[in-house]
Amino acid sequence: MERRARILEIIRSISRQEVNPGPDESLFESGIVDSFALPEMVSALEREFSITIPDSDLIPRKFETLERIESYIEGRT
Amino acid sequence: MAWIKAFGRYLPERVVGNAELEAITGVDPGWIVKASGIEERRFAGGDETVADLAVRAAEDCLGTAGMAPSELGMLIVASGSAERQFPGPAASVAHRLGLGTTPALDLPVASAGSLIGMALASRLAEAQGPVLVIGAEIMSRVVLRPPIHRDTAILFGDGAGACLIGPDSGGARILDSVLFTDGSFADSLRLDFNRPLAMDGRTVILQAARKIPRAIEEVLKRNGWSVQQAQVFVLHQANLNLIVKVAQALRVSETKFCSTVRRHGNTSSASMLIAAAEWWREGRIEPGLPIVFSAFGAGFHWGALVAVAAAG
Repeated sequence: MERRARILEIIRSISRQEVNPGPDESLFESGIVDSFALPEMVSALEREFSITIPDSDLIPRKFETLERIESYIEGRT
Repeated sequence: MAWIKAFGRYLPERVVGNAELEAITGVDPGWIVKASGIEERRFAGGDETVADLAVRAAEDCLGTAGMAPSELGMLIVASGSAERQFPGPAASVAHRLGLGTTPALDLPVASAGSLIGMALASRLAEAQGPVLVIGAEIMSRVVLRPPIHRDTAILFGDGAGACLIGPDSGGARILDSVLFTDGSFADSLRLDFNRPLAMDGRTVILQAARKIPRAIEEVLKRNGWSVQQAQVFVLHQANLNLIVKVAQALRVSETKFCSTVRRHGNTSSASMLIAAAEWWREGRIEPGLPIVFSAFGAGFHWGALVAVAAAG
């Protein structure tokens, strides 16, 4: 499965919705990922892509859209 | 190390439910419960000061311990909402308690202030004698000062908590503590002079959800305890959803976490000690098992402290 599809699966699993956000649609403003789902999403990304996200990178805007998440994962793998 | 001798608390009389706040903020009462777990909080009276609340909590704590104020070797008062820049409330509280020239220190640290106070007291008690740690806050005056920000106005309440730490005996022996600061997030939660409280809630939650469990695991592990062996977790009462996240991250039942946030809201540095006082009074302490304290807040400052309940 391509990287973006894997990220989308995580977002759907965390939000418990069959959402299909646009690449630069804010997951926060659209209500897909709320403040308390965000830590869960970050942990799921770490597991899925076998990466460790340092605390210094735990900044919401890095994980605000599909595109930003994909770009971040790409830089870590 | 040192011993926890008693806890105390004081909550102002006025109860403010979510419906009353709806009139000010326009936020639906049900949404407040969903987003934070908070149903009501206390607001201080117009003539009450942070020092007033602190003195009441101190008296409650010393009364529980059966100790006279004159026996104290030091006073530490944490507050992020004191009325003036300096001196902080510690000197006034010491004077009101009749402490004479006993040293009284302010910790101008919101949220994590009382945890830092406990950690310092546990190291100072042997040299100073009994140390009374107080967290006291009137956050309502901060968040309801125009312009009102609805995201913060719904969360906070007023109150004070206290903890007496002595060098010899008590109800629980403090084993260890860990304290941390990461100033790269100093702007994420701050109160500038004459400005509204600024809180980047997503960043606070994202950081706290990882740092609190890690601090708890570290302090327990280096003292030979597993997370599962802890009898209770007494956390800063910021938000019920965050407490649940911490419980999930540690793979511990939520029932092991003290929760007073529903009734008192987030009372910043006072909240952990208020929760501790209520738990302590329930009398369900299990001898020999760890009691874990943890807090996270503006700075970011965070940490954890572990104590073991005494036998009998």
